Amino acid sequence: MAAQRRLTVPGRYPEIRKICEFVAASASEAGFDEDTVFHLELCCDEASTNIIEHAYGGEDVGAIDVTTIIDNATFTVTLQDSGRPFDPTAVPAPPDINNDLAAGLSTDELSQQLQVGGLGLHFIRNLMDEVYFTFDEDHGNTMVMVKYLQGKDV
Amino acid sequence: MTDSSFTVNIEDMKRVELVEVSGRIDSSNAAQFDDILKEIAKRGKYNVVLNMAGVEYISSAGLRALVALLRENKKHRGDVRLAQPSERVVEVLSLAGLDSLFAVYNDSASAVGSF
Repeated sequence: MAAQRRLTVPGRYPEIRKICEFVAASASEAGFDEDTVFHLELCCDEASTNIIEHAYGGEDVGAIDVTTIIDNATFTVTLQDSGRPFDPTAVPAPPDINNDLAAGLSTDELSQQLQVGGLGLHFIRNLMDEVYFTFDEDHGNTMVMVKYLQGKDV
Repeated sequence: MTDSSFTVNIEDMKRVELVEVSGRIDSSNAAQFDDILKEIAKRGKYNVVLNMAGVEYISSAGLRALVALLRENKKHRGDVRLAQPSERVVEVLSLAGLDSLFAVYNDSASAVGSF
C-alpha cells in the first residue's frame, strides 16, 4: 500500500524550508536514517532552487508542487512547476575542482563556474538512485527523484 | 525579511577574524549569510577563520557564499580557513569537489594560529 503526500507552495526562496521539512518528515516515515534524510532534504532544496532560478527565472512567478510516495521498495519525490522548459542536459557539470586547481584555475574563474550552476544538479545525480525529467505543455516541468528504501533490493 | 535560522558570531582578533557559524544555511537564507561575509571583507579583514562546528545543514547556495568570500580574500592576499567543520559541511564540500579549496583545522585556535 503506497502512502502519498502532497504540498504546494509559492515559488519563493523562504518556502523551500517548508519543502525540506515536508520531505524530511516523509523520509523519516519511510524509515531512512538521518544521513539519508539529510541527502533527500538537500536534493529537494537544490531542485526547488533550480525551479525558482531557471524554470521561473525569479520569485513569485509560479507554484512548486511536491509529492512524496512511499511504496514497498522506493521513496519517490516529484516536483512540478509551470515554468519554462528546463533542460537538465543543458546544465554544465561543475568543474572538477581538484584537477582544475592543479591546472591553475584561479578562484575567480572557479567562482564564475560555480555561479553558472550545475552544482545542485550534481548533488542530485550523486545522491539519488534514479532521476527523471519531463516537460509537457499541460503540466510544465516534472522532476522525479527516487531513493530505494534501505535494506530493500529493487 | 527571511526568518534566519543560522547564527554568526564574529570576533576581531587583530590579524584574523574568527567567525563562528551555526545552524542551517539553505537557499532561503544564503543571501543573508553572503551579506554578513561580505561585510567582513568590506571592513578590510581578509584573513578569516570560519568555525563551522555548529552547522547542521548547508546547501550549494551556502557553499557559493564561502567560495565568494575565498575569492575576495585571495584577491587581497588573505584566505578563508575552516575550523571544526561539522560532518555535514565536510560531506557537502566533498560532494561539490571543493574540499581541497579550504584548509581545515581541528579547532579555532590552530586555524587562527595558522595565519
